[in-house]
Amino acid sequence: MTARVGIVTFPGSLDDGDTARAVTLAGAEAIPLWHGDRGLRGVDAVILPGGFSYGDYLRCGAIARFAPVMSDLIPAARSGLPVLGICNGFQILCEAHLLPGALIRNAGLRFVDRDVVLRIESTATPWTHGYQQDQEITVVLKSGEGCYLADPATLARLEDNGQVVARYRDGSPNGSAREIAAIASEQGNVVGIMPHPEHAIDPLTGPGAGGLGFFASAVAALVRPQAPGRTPRGREAPQRCPGAEDQPPEASEAPAREADDT
Amino acid sequence: MSPGTVASLDTVALAAATPDRPQPYEELGLTEAEYARIRQLLGRRPTDPELALYSVMWSEHCSYKSSKVHLRQFADKAPRTATLLAGIGHNAGVVDIGQGYAVTFKIESHNHPSYVEPFQGAATGVGGIVRDILAMGARPVAVMDSLRFGPADAPDTARVLPGVVAGISFYGNCLGLPNIGGELAFDPCYVGNPLVNALCVGVMRHEDLQVAAARGPGNKVILFGARTGPDGIGGASVLASASFGGGEAAKRPSVQVGDPFMEKLLVECCLELSAAGLVAGIQDLGAAGISCATAELAAGGGSGMSVVLDRVPLRDPTLGPAEILMSESQERMMAIVAPQHVERFTAICARWDVPATVIGEVTGTGRLEMTWRGELVVDIAPETAADQGPVYNRPAARPAAQDALQAASPAALPRPASGAALLDTLLALLGSPDLADKTWVTEQYDRHVRGNTVLAAPENAGVIRVDEQTGLGVALATDGNGRYSRLDPYAGAQLALAEAYRNVAATGARPVAVTNCLNFGSPEDPAVMWQFAEAVRGLADGCAFLGTPVTGGNVSFYNQTGDVPVHPTPVVGVLGVLADVRRRLSLAFSGPHARVVLLGATGPEFGGSAWAWVAHGHLGGHPPAVDLAAERALAEVLVAAAADGLLTAAHDVSDGGLAVALAECCLAGRVGCQVSLPGDPFPGLFSESPARAVAEVAPAAEAAFAALCERHGVPLTELGTVGGDRLEVTGCLSVPVAELAAVRGRVLPALFG
Repeated sequence: MTARVGIVTFPGSLDDGDTARAVTLAGAEAIPLWHGDRGLRGVDAVILPGGFSYGDYLRCGAIARFAPVMSDLIPAARSGLPVLGICNGFQILCEAHLLPGALIRNAGLRFVDRDVVLRIESTATPWTHGYQQDQEITVVLKSGEGCYLADPATLARLEDNGQVVARYRDGSPNGSAREIAAIASEQGNVVGIMPHPEHAIDPLTGPGAGGLGFFASAVAALVRPQAPGRTPRGREAPQRCPGAEDQPPEASEAPAREADDT
Repeated sequence: MSPGTVASLDTVALAAATPDRPQPYEELGLTEAEYARIRQLLGRRPTDPELALYSVMWSEHCSYKSSKVHLRQFADKAPRTATLLAGIGHNAGVVDIGQGYAVTFKIESHNHPSYVEPFQGAATGVGGIVRDILAMGARPVAVMDSLRFGPADAPDTARVLPGVVAGISFYGNCLGLPNIGGELAFDPCYVGNPLVNALCVGVMRHEDLQVAAARGPGNKVILFGARTGPDGIGGASVLASASFGGGEAAKRPSVQVGDPFMEKLLVECCLELSAAGLVAGIQDLGAAGISCATAELAAGGGSGMSVVLDRVPLRDPTLGPAEILMSESQERMMAIVAPQHVERFTAICARWDVPATVIGEVTGTGRLEMTWRGELVVDIAPETAADQGPVYNRPAARPAAQDALQAASPAALPRPASGAALLDTLLALLGSPDLADKTWVTEQYDRHVRGNTVLAAPENAGVIRVDEQTGLGVALATDGNGRYSRLDPYAGAQLALAEAYRNVAATGARPVAVTNCLNFGSPEDPAVMWQFAEAVRGLADGCAFLGTPVTGGNVSFYNQTGDVPVHPTPVVGVLGVLADVRRRLSLAFSGPHARVVLLGATGPEFGGSAWAWVAHGHLGGHPPAVDLAAERALAEVLVAAAADGLLTAAHDVSDGGLAVALAECCLAGRVGCQVSLPGDPFPGLFSESPARAVAEVAPAAEAAFAALCERHGVPLTELGTVGGDRLEVTGCLSVPVAELAAVRGRVLPALFG
């Protein structure tokens, strides 16, 4: 059965279409969720995409956190629903207290669009179990308020519990504490990541296909939810992406192939 | 009492009864003759709101009154092509790119606002051009920016440039449009008058094309988007249509304030409205705001329109009718909607949190009538404002100093002779702000959003995928060279066209259409008018020859400080079509042992060159000789070679010549190359002869590629091979690519932090 992944569109969401493309390429069905609607339409996982929800006025993610759809998403996430927040989605998850810490203006005070190399440090989440521990992937960082901060006790707890999901390999490009690029909730089902894996799914339009593993991992996890944390290498060949005939996606192989590049 | 209250209200009846009341037409930028003509058209003096409306509609910015007689050539000389679905005169031209898709694109200036208030000026420049594209029924898919500033180390550049870049970054990123390229150049002539030209491209299905016309009496006029405030009042007349002469701070309220979040909602809302078939006509609100939208819609439909100005939602309740008509508040659109569709229309707007208000309806009277507090305050024939503004055939005269300028040939300048001197020249060029690494700027722009960006800066052109199944896509490049145009505006315009055309072809795309932004000084100066006339003539002739029609564009006059105009700076945008974006060519050298060739012929051409400017601060002589037949042949070779997979990289040769082109290919590919040049290395390395490109030939494709070049009569010169980590020119110079990267990379961060 095809996994159904919900993608929330807030007013000002920008990467919802890109996220749907990545989810589809990974072999799942992308289900649009509207910020103003209640209910999650029975999806198996939810992604909060990048963008500037509500113009990011007041504070990034601060208004989106109160959208009607969040009233259902927050309890579902606390009950174990896999949730991935990318960029603005990460900010919303922090504002909703599903993840600890906060994201503030970049250290350089300017928006940065740059390819960055991430090191995957936890494969114990539904979004990363398809990667190998310490695997390096190249993805796109594009944000103005991507500096991850938390108090020292929280940072220590994140590291001790293995909740740091990915770090910037070559130093923090935005001032993030301890080079943190992605973190998970204590249960591991909720992940927030500042760079954009959905912009690294096809070498034609991004820096390789190393980001596809986030979506392929979830698809595999949702098909076999009882076995998170294992690497389903070579399983569940995803449906072919329209328009990508020259580059068969081979979703579950993509992360490993990327590692050779970097 | 505030203006606009009933006590101070000027009505049509009052205007008829008080013909001699003095009116502030000069303050609004109208001449005495123009004011007299308004009185003649109306048969009475205008009301204050009518005067406001005419003043903005007849401004240089909106009426093209000084440029119209020249711009006609773009239509008169336009090449016969079946690909144009809508041409000049619409909000933006529309080009058929096949498979049922159409593309609309346009470039527009926001020079003066960006000088007065760099951040908001540049931000709203992006917003304005995006709404032009939206008004055609297209989804905006990418933006580009062509930027020119004073000297990079001038104190005012440190104020203007970071603000402009931050404004573009703020608006475009939040709006969710990838910024795929453009230009950044510096010259002392722009110190008090930067050029900020913004381009947007949009995609639609043929059947989605919208018209800017109010037809069908009884249809409703709906204003939707942001509420109207006191910002940008008189922007078109006060800011964009006059020279700066001090007091810029007082003009700050003339600059609009942008809200990209509202624009994003407006984009999604408009596309949903169009898809639902609820729109009978649509117009964006840009320069001249409600004045322009109502007058153009009514004139376009050959109908009448009645508007109740009290219904316009206001951010500032003290605004009166004249201010409401002149306000350039951003993020507003106007639609003509059949009565039975109004409910669904407003429901879709509500879903997107976009305020929508019925402010009037289409009538059969042929008049544009507006009321305020129940009184008739505007009653005009709409075409008198929209289409029948003044037209000036202003005097033009070749400036006396032009001969001396062209006589000051660069031939006498000392040239580098030794290998060490040639290397120093290359490093000086790469370390000059014009040719430096632009990452400091482009890194502030989101180039990935929407997931269809195949190429972006620093590539030859931006490439956007249009169809994920077939791989159909478009390429866009903008180019301009103020130095060339200063030396010879006719040739300069053609060189700008040729370079953008070449850049598009270098990605493998077939160039099909042109947009332009013509940045000049005051049209009241005969020397400037001569430059303008020559540039338009050159561009129209060039487009006719190359078969690429001008689909639209923008004229920006009064780019001068005091009596000193900027270099005449026609900026040309060329649109190309790629049948399959997977076949696109990057400029990056790809791998060891690949062969590098030069396409085209090189002569000793240094007039207006980067070398003459950087090494000697010299501007004189003639620009490089234009050869459009050679440009066309080169483009045919590049397009065919890309489609057949004969090349693995290509890059146009322009500013700084072959040496800079090779360095850029090496830097992009992070690999070296070893080349040998026949003859004198100095012109070989630094001449700016056009119609040339560097190419990296695919393995085993050498013979096929040579045959292709021969078939098209394109000279082919073997240069050498890719490999190693140094750029080496045999017998001349050898330098690590890492050193080139360092020299080029530190320039903008050192200047701007």
